[in-house]
Amino acid sequence: MAVSEAVVPVRRRTASLWADALFRLTRNKASVFGGSLVILLVLTAVFAAQLSPYSYSDQDREQTDAVPSWMTALFPTIKPYAKLSGQFPLGADYVGRDLLSRLIYGAQISLSVALAGPLIALFVGTVYGLISGFFSGRVDNLMMRLVDIMYAFPTMLLIILMMAFFRSAFSESEPGTFAYLMNAIDRRFGGMLFIFVGIGITAWMGTARLARGQVLSLREQEFTLAARAMGAGNGRIIFRHLLPNVLGPLVITVTLAIPGYIATEAFLSFIGLGVNPPTPSWGSMIADGAQAIRTYPHQAILPALALSITMFAFNFLGDGLRDALDPRLRGTQ
Amino acid sequence: MGRYVIRRLLWMLLVLFVISLITFAMEHAVPGGPFDREKKLPAEIIANLEERYHLDEPYWKQYALYLYDVLVPRITTEKPLSMMDETMVNIKLGGKYYLRWMNFGPSYSSRSRTVNDIIREQLPVSLQLGLLSMAVALAIGLPMGILAALKQNTIWDYLGMGVAIFGVSVPVVAMGPVLVWIFGVALKWLPPTGWGARPPYLFFFVPRDLFTWNFWRYALMPAFAVGTGFSAIIARLTRASLLQVIHEDYIRTARAKGLSERVVTTRHALRNALIPVVTILGPMFAAVLTGLFVVEQVFGIPGLGRYFITSITNRDYPVIMGTILLYAIFLVIANVLVDITYAWLDPRIRYE
Repeated sequence: MAVSEAVVPVRRRTASLWADALFRLTRNKASVFGGSLVILLVLTAVFAAQLSPYSYSDQDREQTDAVPSWMTALFPTIKPYAKLSGQFPLGADYVGRDLLSRLIYGAQISLSVALAGPLIALFVGTVYGLISGFFSGRVDNLMMRLVDIMYAFPTMLLIILMMAFFRSAFSESEPGTFAYLMNAIDRRFGGMLFIFVGIGITAWMGTARLARGQVLSLREQEFTLAARAMGAGNGRIIFRHLLPNVLGPLVITVTLAIPGYIATEAFLSFIGLGVNPPTPSWGSMIADGAQAIRTYPHQAILPALALSITMFAFNFLGDGLRDALDPRLRGTQ
Repeated sequence: MGRYVIRRLLWMLLVLFVISLITFAMEHAVPGGPFDREKKLPAEIIANLEERYHLDEPYWKQYALYLYDVLVPRITTEKPLSMMDETMVNIKLGGKYYLRWMNFGPSYSSRSRTVNDIIREQLPVSLQLGLLSMAVALAIGLPMGILAALKQNTIWDYLGMGVAIFGVSVPVVAMGPVLVWIFGVALKWLPPTGWGARPPYLFFFVPRDLFTWNFWRYALMPAFAVGTGFSAIIARLTRASLLQVIHEDYIRTARAKGLSERVVTTRHALRNALIPVVTILGPMFAAVLTGLFVVEQVFGIPGLGRYFITSITNRDYPVIMGTILLYAIFLVIANVLVDITYAWLDPRIRYE
């Protein structure tokens, strides 16, 4: 993508890393575009209830697979099967639910994964990596062997296994147990809790390794020694002195991983292990629509577009953030 | 090198052991027995079935048997009975000896077929599609990345990387249905669903009509749907790696010697630039597998991935666990092979 070289004026030299990064980010057209799209999506998700004309779960038996007439012009193959009705702006799905409302609510699911995935990866991974790297020696060895084993796991298979397990073992648990509580919370949020857990279990290893590697080199540097000489304890050194220095590369890594989390959720919902119906996820909408791709292609193609645009936006934003925070990495990965 | 290989192989065994333990634990933590039916079976029959499949034994013994059944090849003189033939690998060694290996147990939802029957029928199709997808990913990704790096900051670079960001942004879940609609339904160039190859296959998976249009017209779309996303990642990595290598001193030396630009790029630069690309092959196998789950479903291809999705809906745990274990074995072995290849190509790795 075209990146305009930022002409850095002399006065910017005093700016902090983050202010400087923000300056560079706003000079990058691609990432501004991605960022604006992300803001738009966030607004859509937050105001889903106000924006959507209908409820995402109400079924209208009279209107199953109905399409507005302009849709037949866009997808000419619909014509022979079309039940024309102007009631729903983008038509209805196979049980007569408004497609537009489901698309709007679908943004909530994708964006909450885009928010939760990085947060879990950042929080768990960083704390784990910092502790492991800081104490080094036997603690480090033990903690890193665990990461190695987890890392060797085929991630997607582990998530599928976890989800299949949660979705069955936890759903039939006795009231009062931990499993029952988890399942109740999961149900309350349309199946999102277990998706977070599944993604979270596999997301933190990369950041843990990265944080540890950074800390291993940083803890030997003079400023750590200086902090210790001034009487700072382990906790203070880790969180006040080491953490700010490792945060940059970590933020880059988790931001670049966001499209992956979104794709994972869509995949899980597509294969039926993600959100619980009737919660609308773009993945499950594609799965439903793909069944009728010959007759009503828009039911799969519209959520596919929404999903791709969202991943597009986060890819642009992530690339821009990487270039802004660490210009040396430009063009890698 | 020898020590490195041994260390990696031992590591692989440990990982497989842990995976099988988790798989087994989850299978047994799930409520409900394998023989729960809508209509309850008589107690004696259940008892007999449980004895038949060793479900009446303590858990540790069941796990040991399960592990033994899956992992340890055995040579027996027992004749394989067609109905009781539960092993994946079943080879007549000559005389009265048979080699039996990998038994994944019964399927809960399909009474006439074991997990092994299912794998034997469905896996070859997935293998065909998976290999084709990888070929597509490499065939698009490598040239695109090389071109973008050699013509850095030209229209080719921007175009290539623009296409690449498009590639990483469109997941298989979205790509599949869109391709079906465009080429299968609207343009009618290719059949929207189905698979051309029919058993028996050569060498377990090579279709007999590999060089006929009948095979390719079914295979093109799904292979592209899985392959394009990963080709973008390959293109980006190849570009970055080649750009790094091109600025090394030895490239300048080669140019200074008066070698032609073509020799410098192909002999000196590419050879080293492609080494890091080998590391991406491990994740690529995993990504292709995930892609297969989706694409087989969308294109109605009778592969293991599609059956796997069905068995998730049916809560058919032995099939879920068997498929996951089989795929995990594939992926872990593939990862170790990639690591070893990488260490062989780049000797600095071995001494880390």
